[in-house]
Amino acid sequence: MTVADYAFYAFASVTIAAGLLVTVAKNPVHSVLWLILTFLSSAGLFVMLGAEFVAMLLIIVYVGAVAVLFLFVVMMLDIDFAELKGEMSRYMPLALLVGLVILMQLVLGVGAWVQADGAMGLRASVTPDAAQVENTRALGLLIYDKYILLFQLAGLILLVAMIGAIVLTLRHRTGVKRQNVLHQMWRDPAKAMELMDVKPGQGL
Amino acid sequence: MTGVDLPILLPEILLALYAMAALLVWVYGGKDKWAGALTWTTAAVLVAMALIVATKNGVGSIAFGGMFVDDAFSRFAKVTILLSASGVLVMGRVHAAQRGLGQFEYPILATLAVIGMMVMVSSGDLMTLYMGLELQSLALYVMAAMRRDSVKSTEAGLKYFVLGALSSGMLLYGASLVYGYAGTTLYSGILSSLGTEVPVGLLIGMVFILAGLGFKVSAAPFHMWTPDVYEGAPTPVTAFLATAPKVAAMALIARVAQDAFGAIPGDWTQVLAAFAVVSMFWGAVAAIGQTDIKRLMAYSSIAHMGFALVGLAAGTVGGVQAMLIYMAIYVTMNLGTFAFILSMERGGVPVTEISSLNMYSKTAPLKALALLVLLFSLAGVPPMLGFFGKFYVLKAAVDGGMVWLALAGAVASVIGAFYYLRVVFYMYFGAEGPKLDSRMSTVQWAVLMGFAAIMLLGVINLFGIEAPALAAAEALLG
Repeated sequence: MTVADYAFYAFASVTIAAGLLVTVAKNPVHSVLWLILTFLSSAGLFVMLGAEFVAMLLIIVYVGAVAVLFLFVVMMLDIDFAELKGEMSRYMPLALLVGLVILMQLVLGVGAWVQADGAMGLRASVTPDAAQVENTRALGLLIYDKYILLFQLAGLILLVAMIGAIVLTLRHRTGVKRQNVLHQMWRDPAKAMELMDVKPGQGL
Repeated sequence: MTGVDLPILLPEILLALYAMAALLVWVYGGKDKWAGALTWTTAAVLVAMALIVATKNGVGSIAFGGMFVDDAFSRFAKVTILLSASGVLVMGRVHAAQRGLGQFEYPILATLAVIGMMVMVSSGDLMTLYMGLELQSLALYVMAAMRRDSVKSTEAGLKYFVLGALSSGMLLYGASLVYGYAGTTLYSGILSSLGTEVPVGLLIGMVFILAGLGFKVSAAPFHMWTPDVYEGAPTPVTAFLATAPKVAAMALIARVAQDAFGAIPGDWTQVLAAFAVVSMFWGAVAAIGQTDIKRLMAYSSIAHMGFALVGLAAGTVGGVQAMLIYMAIYVTMNLGTFAFILSMERGGVPVTEISSLNMYSKTAPLKALALLVLLFSLAGVPPMLGFFGKFYVLKAAVDGGMVWLALAGAVASVIGAFYYLRVVFYMYFGAEGPKLDSRMSTVQWAVLMGFAAIMLLGVINLFGIEAPALAAAEALLG
């Protein structure tokens, strides 16, 4: 085994172990932290595949932004996770059974794994030659040229997500006083104040 | 390359531009006050797109290296989708405005869902399939949860979302296995990679894909979400869920099965046949105990999907043609029935209990008669259009050498007739009880009467739908 092999197994086993801990950790904050470890070790795997740009994206975008946002959301939500977990343990035996059945099917499928003739060639034919074109450029060629349709459709999906988030959560409160700067500046001092002549002992 | 490809996607691009422009205009200008105008405009735009798609002729063309296919099959499905979506929008308008569903985002989300469906039926690649499917589903999840002050609507949206995400996961897993075997996600590439020997890994992948799609058409055993979502979602959304997305997902199953796995028909016809049998029987039996008409329609749609799958399971040109005819008829029947369900109210409050229809024939004889015609058609009673839909799929099954499947379908349709007839029984011979109001908006009345008339008049020549459906089926299999 070469160093690369050792590195692969190290990253791969950490990814799987951390992924498992994301789901079983008792404290949701710990779950997010394990998630960050999962991202980091998969970034390592990407580097080993020669996809250094994707690896950096994973670290900058997912670890740097998404996971941190997750952390804040989890901390701010007032959800009794212990109760949810308790509910989960009731269904655990069934879940394990289903998981076992699926695992056995996959072992069957992967055990007898074959590829079509020329599948490797087809796989490689999509991407430009890595020796000629650098990583970022190759990605750009794929996303903005060859797969532009999928890219635009993904944009529409995100638009739907945005509309959905607004429709389902935005509430226009009535009776809230908002500051209107122009309104304030155009106030006429003469009308803003009224002098009352209050007679002694009578009040207004 | 792109310059040649774009005209092929013209209807989709126009719809997307329309949706974005309308969103901007209504966000800054109209807001919810003008949601009615937006609904009507959107319906008109959808009809215009249907005209554009329908008048396209010539043989199929592909765009973006085969990822997007425009042929007679996709055109047939798109016209059905566009027209039914526009019908649902128009007839749901009054109901939507009165029942706190007057947000202007509703027609916009519907438009975006329709774009997703159009991409689905035109997909030529597993990635395009997934993008179209997610665009459609995501918009539908939001629409189901749109009445956010109602616990039931929120629950429906959440259930739909969670189970939909699960089905997407299954679909993606299957797609990854298929890619692992074939080395490409293009349908044409998958088709040419298939030899005589079919490896287990590929089969598992294919079954996962079919299961994921089965969720979307609510075929049993993947139907669990359907009754709850139909019941909880606002009724106009339920009407939408029951029509256009079903056509899109069914056409998608046909396309994946024929275009990608056409070389191994023996392996997927048995899966589809199993879906079909379970759906037909479960839809028929489980509907018997229902007391809510929206839940009843959910089980009815499960059973109908079973019948449409019978056509696909035959795996022949006749089978695909029968499926397309069946879906077109199914959509018309459902539009008419939902026009009535949308109008069901008592003292201004919408009701959905079947028992509220007691002696409805006395309150409104004409409307009761129209509903009777529609329900008979849904049940497949001979003189109505629904019978011909069933006849076509069962005949396709017999021609495809699946006599047992046709027999099962016939038995299931007899069982299923019971619960439709029960509703009719309530209307004509039920006990006296609190009555429904007989008020109904003009559009709903027109849709109800129009579609009831279609159920009877369509018998003459099915409105000439046979020939385009045949051309579509031949385009898919040819």
